[in-house]
Amino acid sequence: MSKKLRVATTSLAGCFGCHMSALDIDERLFTLLNLIEFDRSPLTDIKHCGRCYIGLIEGGVCNAENVHVLREFRKNCKILIAIGSCAITGGLPAQRNHLDLGSCLTEVYLTEPGLAHGYIPNDPELPLPLDKVHPLHEVVKIDYFIPGCPPSGDAIWKFVTDLIAGKTPELGHGLIKYD
Amino acid sequence: MTDTFQLDGATVSFEPCQTVMQAALTAGRYIPHLCYHPEFKPHGSCKLCTIKVGGRTLSACTMPAEAGLQAESNIEELNALRRTLLQMLLVEGNHFCPSCEASGNCQLQATAYELQVMTPHFNQFFPDRPLDGSHPDILLDFNRCILCELCVRASCEMDGKNVFALAGRGITKHLIVNAESGMLRDTDIALEDKAMHVCPVGVILKKGVGFSVPIGARRYDQRPVGAQALDDAPRPAISGSCDACEGKS
Repeated sequence: MSKKLRVATTSLAGCFGCHMSALDIDERLFTLLNLIEFDRSPLTDIKHCGRCYIGLIEGGVCNAENVHVLREFRKNCKILIAIGSCAITGGLPAQRNHLDLGSCLTEVYLTEPGLAHGYIPNDPELPLPLDKVHPLHEVVKIDYFIPGCPPSGDAIWKFVTDLIAGKTPELGHGLIKYD
Repeated sequence: MTDTFQLDGATVSFEPCQTVMQAALTAGRYIPHLCYHPEFKPHGSCKLCTIKVGGRTLSACTMPAEAGLQAESNIEELNALRRTLLQMLLVEGNHFCPSCEASGNCQLQATAYELQVMTPHFNQFFPDRPLDGSHPDILLDFNRCILCELCVRASCEMDGKNVFALAGRGITKHLIVNAESGMLRDTDIALEDKAMHVCPVGVILKKGVGFSVPIGARRYDQRPVGAQALDDAPRPAISGSCDACEGKS
């Protein structure tokens, strides 16, 4: 049997919904695992991405750590795929983009009712938020995009298996969706 | 007598005064479009219906059908340009489909599906466009406006009210409400107006009914926009209304 393809996945400024949707391929996961093995992923808990054939990233880029992780994926993955609305457009987290970040933090941590002794978290281990939330393709080159919030398990299955089979992935009516 | 022209190598017959778009849709051939609506005079602004005739690009919605015309529409060169137009529309506004109640019924979204737009490609503008929730029954969400002027045309031509207009030029162009206050509550718009029902995206919304149709049962969940547009195409040309000859007589 030929060597299995290594696949890494991660969620940046996302909700893990795309990962959950990937699990909707159900028993086809066993078929997939005959073809691939996971590198860094919530499924393995490996902390850093090694050399991979495919990297799947959900979520946009909202803080400094996201930028580091995204660049590590780009460096190590032959094919980098943005999966889901947040990775492709910034999505829900990017809805803060037309607001001032300082005003957001002030309202959430200082001026909302019940925050008399509140303060803006400043632990040095916390990654610094970016001024704006960015889709992945504004930071690194992205090879493929699987839209959806989240894309269905069937869409993810079709896309990944097309890719593994060496075909240009195509999502027809019903599989391509933005919501 | 019925004449014919060629569209993507197929013979399309047309009636006098029909545009290429009208004849194509009537003949069951879809040409992507956003600002064209079968009940209104053509506008020719979205440029999605651009076709090639003799090496020149023309808007199918404003081009009068002519006998012997050799037109190309469904070719990769034009579809790539259409994808770029759609991507520019998507990044220019705030089209956050997961929270939009027009999702699934949205012509912009459905057309992007049809043309396989997988990514907005360009950097998002994330413009700041406050909503107008002043009217008791109607919400205006300017974030999604694509400047097709269908609501402007519907309000003027069918409702006789002149509720909407476009103001500004170039990138500052935007939809406004024709009232001294600029608020929808100070207009005479009503729920039964045509302007309420022509928005191809999710700008003009009836309050209190959002998300009433489940995912899977919405307009474009069932049938892609190409098939839906053919269903909606009027069959015989309406007498007395000649879009192709508009302004020529």
